[in-house]
Amino acid sequence: MTDHKTFTLEVLRYNPESDDVPHVQSFTVPYEEDWVVLDALNWVKDNVDGSLTYRWSCHMAVCGSCGIMVNNEPVLSCKAFLRDYLAGGNTKITVGALKNFPIEKDLVIVMDSFMEKLEAVKPWIIRTSERPVEDGTFTQLPKQLMRFKRHTMCINCLLCYAACPQVGLNPGFIGPAALALAHRYNLDSRDQGKELRKDVTASHDGVWECTFVSACSEVCPKDVEPAGAIQEQKIESSIDWALDHLMPGRKSR
Amino acid sequence: MDVFETDIVIVGAGGAGLRAAIAAAEADPALSVTLLSKVYPMRSHTVAAEGGAAGVATAEDSLDNHFNDTVSGGDWLCDQDAVEFFVEQAPKELIRTEHWGCPWSRTIDGKVAVRPFGGMKVERTWYAADKTGFHLLHTLFQTSMKYPSIKRMDEVYTTDLLIEDGRIAGVLAHEIRSGKPMVILARSVIICTGGAGRVFPFTTNGAIKTGDGMAMAFRAGVPLKDMEFVQYHPTGLPGTGILISEAARGEGGILVNKDGYRYLQDYGMGPPDPWPRKKAMELGPRDRLSQAFWQEQQKGRCIDSKWGDVMHLDLRHLGEAKIAERLPFIRDLAKSYVGVDVVNAPIPVRPVIHYTMGGIHTDINAATPVPGLYAAGECACVSINGANRLGSNSLTELLVFGAVAGRNAAAHARGVPIPSRTNALAQADGHRKRVVALLERSKATESVVGLRTALNDTMESGCGIYRTEETLRATVETLATLRQRFANVAIDDKSGIYNTDLTGAIELGNMIEIGECMALSALQRTESRGSHQRLDHPARDDAAFLKHSMAHRVEGEPPRVDYRDVVITRSRPAERVYGGEAK
Repeated sequence: MTDHKTFTLEVLRYNPESDDVPHVQSFTVPYEEDWVVLDALNWVKDNVDGSLTYRWSCHMAVCGSCGIMVNNEPVLSCKAFLRDYLAGGNTKITVGALKNFPIEKDLVIVMDSFMEKLEAVKPWIIRTSERPVEDGTFTQLPKQLMRFKRHTMCINCLLCYAACPQVGLNPGFIGPAALALAHRYNLDSRDQGKELRKDVTASHDGVWECTFVSACSEVCPKDVEPAGAIQEQKIESSIDWALDHLMPGRKSR
Repeated sequence: MDVFETDIVIVGAGGAGLRAAIAAAEADPALSVTLLSKVYPMRSHTVAAEGGAAGVATAEDSLDNHFNDTVSGGDWLCDQDAVEFFVEQAPKELIRTEHWGCPWSRTIDGKVAVRPFGGMKVERTWYAADKTGFHLLHTLFQTSMKYPSIKRMDEVYTTDLLIEDGRIAGVLAHEIRSGKPMVILARSVIICTGGAGRVFPFTTNGAIKTGDGMAMAFRAGVPLKDMEFVQYHPTGLPGTGILISEAARGEGGILVNKDGYRYLQDYGMGPPDPWPRKKAMELGPRDRLSQAFWQEQQKGRCIDSKWGDVMHLDLRHLGEAKIAERLPFIRDLAKSYVGVDVVNAPIPVRPVIHYTMGGIHTDINAATPVPGLYAAGECACVSINGANRLGSNSLTELLVFGAVAGRNAAAHARGVPIPSRTNALAQADGHRKRVVALLERSKATESVVGLRTALNDTMESGCGIYRTEETLRATVETLATLRQRFANVAIDDKSGIYNTDLTGAIELGNMIEIGECMALSALQRTESRGSHQRLDHPARDDAAFLKHSMAHRVEGEPPRVDYRDVVITRSRPAERVYGGEAK
């Protein structure tokens, strides 16, 4: 692997001003052992073609900007090491915009739909009355925090939307990240808004659209476990449904 | 050109911008708040803060302690009225974020947990494991969605402020997606665009931290304050510059040189035992620790690695369980980017550009000298950080002064009329010419990457951990030529759609202006204070320089730097003492 001096970076490019359809462009890029795919993109932009377009910022896998398809898998390009793709005599890496989203330009996707879904699940603490600042913080035991902590780790990188077959079939599906976030607030001991979120999470674009393929959890770079969050919501929703039928007039929690 | 009217424009949707938006929306729900950001809010660099946010939380601590640590940590260049207000507001602001759902780490009985941090006498750093900035940013972003008066315009790039009769009139921006320019008329404007670490080549800062708001305010006639004070964080990963949080030392990590020796004891930070001791050794302030690295480097005591000189940050004695609970992100970053599992091996680290203490001149009300224009967060200089910021004060600062800016911008907006459209459009047309020129210039002698590399190189050689007149003069001269060469820069991408080549060029222009303020302010400050160390003027000089540097823009010339008195309320300048003698 260390004998690589250069490799071929195949980029799926698209500029709606000049292209009818996306097309592949190849670049010969120097190989550095410590480089990630993002470093290679930056090298091309700085040295070959300043019009190459992609999102990035932190270069430490926390801002969530730089998700793309690398060899047809959704990954964070700042954490995708060249050496892992160029092992075993491979000399080529292909990159393209995340699947299941319209392309804005080159590797940049249109993510308006995700922003709408995020907002739709009411991802904030909902309470019947606000706690005054003078009363100090809520008591939350470590085990109560652990109940939802995992689902707070989402960086909105959208790899799960690119991996989810259901998002591909039904673009209206609220999808893994937003449903996991709804679950995160539902499970927070400080929150009282579960019932309000159900309008969206239990709708026909909500948890029931998920066919539990778990592709979302497999590609998640932060172990948010969206598939698990969705299954737990399905179970709760079923119990509520059953109780509502057994006890008419019951107000579900 | 499209023209919109709104009551309040906020430029930048990181921690400070979001906090300001929420404060403005709560102050008066009838006011329209327009939140502009060149990235989606959750991409803002607040996301990368790791260690925590300072605010008095226990009976053992006091507001006086927090005040004294902050003022001495800043080498007495902080405005003490601002620090008094800051430490008093800090716990209240942090409690608000707790009510909004921030997943703060907890004690066994369900209270918010606090950890020790550098230069702090008592544990007062609230933390969410080692991803505090990430959780704070997402909490603020998600909470902001519940206020109908906040209208976000994501991926809209603001290039200039518009001024009418000396007061703020709005901004000129363009939608990145379409390239379409727009004027947004506003009664109040708040700048929350973060720092400018990207002026330097080796930094923890994300690509977006190009000081846009500082440069905008500077061009609009607002002075930039204390720009020579740039913080090196002592522990970045070599190669990438990825931040290894001070929390690693707060939890008990140690720094050793090539002999396995805890070298900080040779630089006024000792004795090494008993350990851990607050304000001593690895829990000293960032300026002192970064300077100690440089001193050791001169003596040939660094560790030679494939990335050059490093020291070792050793966490092995903390054990896997504590590392998993308190520092999981650090473990992940070290494993991914330098191939080290911190449970079994020390992390190679070196100092890295991290934070701009200086910034847009604001007062305790987050107000700039231009009526209606406010600034908060890293882009602003209030100043609570003085010559050296203490770790974990910046997240709290963006909450405290973001909220102040939001409330005051709302109050101001209620009392003034919407500015004139004709006047703003005429001004905008003038500013827009600079942007259009970048798109139209096809044959040119200069490239963005060429000038950016030259800027980065000269900033590192002149404005590093230690500075001299000779190196600073060379840097100032180089920067003046770069400013002129920038007029001939051309870009490859002429497209109207999502043109990152264009934004990169505008950012470069901003960074050159900021670099000049940093270098010139550093050249004129012939003393050593906090993060500004002059080998040719090694002592602090309170008689001449207990003052803020104020850099003013002069068209076509280097900035003019004059001075403004520091506000002293109750702490007379004294010697900074760390180690066993620290109080």
